[in-house]
Amino acid sequence: MSEFLYNAVDIIENIKNQKVTSKQIVSKYFDNIENKNKELNSFIALNKDLALSKANEIDERIQKGKPVGKLAGLPIGIKDNICTEDFETTCGSKILKNWHPPYNATVIKRLTNEDAIIVGKTNLDEFAMGSSTEHSAFGPTKNPLDLTKVPGGSSGGSACAVKADLVPIALGSDTGGSIRQPASFCGIVGMKPTYGLVSRFGLIAFASSLDQIGPFANTVKDCATILDVIAGYDPADSTSLDIKRDNFSDFLDRDLKGMKIGLIKEFNEYLDPEVSQNLNLAADLFANNGAAVSEISLPHIKYSLSTYYLIAPAEASSNLARFDGVRYGLRVAGKNVDEMMINTRTQGFGPEVKRRIMLGTYALSSGYYDAYYGTSQKLRTALISDFKKAYENVDVIITPTTPTGAFKFGAKLEDPLQMYLSDIFTIPSNLAGHPAISIPFGKDDENMPLGIQILSNALDDSKVIQVASILEKLRDENVT
Amino acid sequence: MTIQNNSTDDSEYSEYEPTIGLEVHCELKTATKLWCGCKNSFGEQPNTLICPVCLGLPGSLPVLNKKAVEYAIRIGLALNCTVQPSIFHRKNYFYPDMPKDFQISQYDIPINTDGYVLLTDGSKVGIVRAHIEEDTGKSTHFSSSGRIHESTATLIDYNRAGIPLVEIVSAPDITSSEMAKSYVNELRNIIVATGATDGKMEEGSLRVDANVSVKKKDQIELGTRCEIKNLNSLRSLGKAIDYEIDRQIQLLNSQKKVIQQTRHFNEDLNQTVTLRTKEEAEDYRYFPEPDLVSLNPTGEWINEIKLNMPKLLIDRRQSVIELIKDSKEMSQLIGTVNTLVDQQLDTLFIETVGFGSDPTLTLKRLTNEAANSIDAAKKLNSKELAYLINLETSGKVSSTQSKAILSNLLENTSETVDSIISRLNIQSFGDKEIEQLLDNLILEKQDEFKRFVDGDDKVIQFFIGQVMKLTKGQANGKSVTQILLKKRNG
Repeated sequence: MSEFLYNAVDIIENIKNQKVTSKQIVSKYFDNIENKNKELNSFIALNKDLALSKANEIDERIQKGKPVGKLAGLPIGIKDNICTEDFETTCGSKILKNWHPPYNATVIKRLTNEDAIIVGKTNLDEFAMGSSTEHSAFGPTKNPLDLTKVPGGSSGGSACAVKADLVPIALGSDTGGSIRQPASFCGIVGMKPTYGLVSRFGLIAFASSLDQIGPFANTVKDCATILDVIAGYDPADSTSLDIKRDNFSDFLDRDLKGMKIGLIKEFNEYLDPEVSQNLNLAADLFANNGAAVSEISLPHIKYSLSTYYLIAPAEASSNLARFDGVRYGLRVAGKNVDEMMINTRTQGFGPEVKRRIMLGTYALSSGYYDAYYGTSQKLRTALISDFKKAYENVDVIITPTTPTGAFKFGAKLEDPLQMYLSDIFTIPSNLAGHPAISIPFGKDDENMPLGIQILSNALDDSKVIQVASILEKLRDENVT
Repeated sequence: MTIQNNSTDDSEYSEYEPTIGLEVHCELKTATKLWCGCKNSFGEQPNTLICPVCLGLPGSLPVLNKKAVEYAIRIGLALNCTVQPSIFHRKNYFYPDMPKDFQISQYDIPINTDGYVLLTDGSKVGIVRAHIEEDTGKSTHFSSSGRIHESTATLIDYNRAGIPLVEIVSAPDITSSEMAKSYVNELRNIIVATGATDGKMEEGSLRVDANVSVKKKDQIELGTRCEIKNLNSLRSLGKAIDYEIDRQIQLLNSQKKVIQQTRHFNEDLNQTVTLRTKEEAEDYRYFPEPDLVSLNPTGEWINEIKLNMPKLLIDRRQSVIELIKDSKEMSQLIGTVNTLVDQQLDTLFIETVGFGSDPTLTLKRLTNEAANSIDAAKKLNSKELAYLINLETSGKVSSTQSKAILSNLLENTSETVDSIISRLNIQSFGDKEIEQLLDNLILEKQDEFKRFVDGDDKVIQFFIGQVMKLTKGQANGKSVTQILLKKRNG
């Protein structure tokens, strides 16, 4: 039945036209899950019976000619930091093991309102803190292209699931590159939309001012289809943008006429020769197909990583305070309430989460606030202003998604700074709140995929999709 | 160390002066909580008014209640504050009744700044700020001390978590416990009049923290201060401040230092005890709340709130004063006017006077006779009340009769004055009837009448007594006096 494994848009079309049933699609993907998930550890929660019963129900409606949603019968995987009524939501942490949310995140409601089928929850670095999915209380997820390598992170489970055909679509969350970096490592498409475009209600916060939910897909078209469903104003999220937005699927298959594309001068020093060559290849393809490519300067971008590692841990230290053993999740007894909280948090959180809570607590502490958090806010503002100037001259910016291809397990586990550097090209978009996408493009010298990242200004998500869809086409036509 | 109030002699006290600043927390009486749609209500079954948002469940997000902002602005306007664009901060500390382990509050950019309260004696207390924040849940500790660390178990009710509060921070302009009480009383009346809060200290909807320090009178810089937390009655406020002033003066007099600390007032012992010292104080790690956007009320909206808000306390008092300003007793009536307004009877008063009743008499009847049954008084029909007061003024009923009728009217506000008069068989003793009674009496009591004619005015009381006896107290004493005087002079 492998002929039924199409891209998401084809699956939806074929189910709607009754060339295949949703039940057949869901069953086929579950066959793959049953064959591969034990090894890959992509899904950490699954419910086949529930998925099949929903598929049946949708099939019946289609057979009876009743109306169905835009994603009718499509199986989807969800990163396990997004709240789901039908599944436990653990954030890959011992502290939330067995926690069952009493409510659905807004994105889940949007997907299921369009009759998508949630098949399960995908693995992640604990509380989305990490770049390799090695920091999960449920064990690491493997890269389906090379089982000795990491899938990237923190949404490694979602990236792996799409690449390994366990689901055609998965949702992730991106705080500093957690969608784009694993998409690049696994050779699929991953997008972080403009901050405020997709509701964060029900996304368990890591760093509230940076977090954004986005899709993983095999193609840009699939990615745009999902974004069209999950994007939109949500009164339950005060940072959600109440604006009229584009229909993203309308920006596929356009041309590059008049498009101005920038390359960031300051990133040159971070580029390995093979990554640099790969970026130049993409730039040449754009230039040869009607775009104007030029080098631009973002003077403050070199401070992005340091800025990010003050803001994100600071917000995280506060966001993760509520996991105290009092109301839900793990509770480890103690002599008094303070000791109970300390024991719970000591045993419940893994080392990377503790490291970031400590960093953030320190950055916000009295006497250090101005030097650390205060300065980082100023640098964030300076970076946004750099981008603003740059976008007066270019429509989009392209960069490599990551400095290298996927690395081996354990390679960076003992050196957090090396691990943090994996996100050096993705972090600026989170700090600025801008949209960015990663498209598979080229290979490293170990034949692992590399990615090209396309950035644009706030709310220019449609431009990102337009250029990504062109690059996808040019790649397939020109690169072997 | 045991300390008795006034154990040091007055001369030692007179060298020192206290400086007091108060933080008043008041719950806003919005229909729903500050960040979610849960009902804002007191006294319901524990943990029945909760949802993922006010429980701070993972993934939940706050959405600001617009009505709470409107109420906060009303309070700011009533306290003569500047209403400004503001932001929210997180105040981080661990406590089981705080669901997120941080409190969303306002920090360096609050919604209301720089106002004042005029006390009834004319003195002024500055308002530094009046900002919006969320309330915590309510803990019940099972321990002898009632404190969490010794307790074997703690029960938490999260119904209160997320209820909107406004914290009103005074300048350190208060100089005595009496002034502190007077400030809280006046502040409460002002903010209750805005309709934003009910100011019930006994239900905890108004709570006070007091910052107290003392210094020698010739010293410029303030002394080290102590903060006394959670005072929940005016009585406790006064006692705690007095105790604290005393304690600090005794420390300074015995060459000891006051240590900056947070203290708790023990109601049973009538003394303050240490909660934590400055070294043990939490570092709250304030930072801007990333889940909320900045709060920028437009000038248009603020104006709309100003126009639609209930009349300010000071204006309401003024409206009453306008009506009684010609009264000879005006200067003694100011306190009565304040009572009338605080008891929310000013609207009734103004309506009644509008129907032609005598303002001074109306004021007295409403603040004396009606004061014992305020809720019924609020339901009085102003037209009936004016009718009754006019009967009294014109002498058709005596003041005793008038009070009896009013008391019946308060028992059943839907009955009319006329029906009460006929039900109680109240007879109107007009001048003619009284004169007839007096004529008969003079014949009976010729000796007494002679003494009166000879100039002994004390005998008037005797005749009034006799007339009252005959009329079962229903005659008007004033009329008796006037008729007697007329007989002597005429």
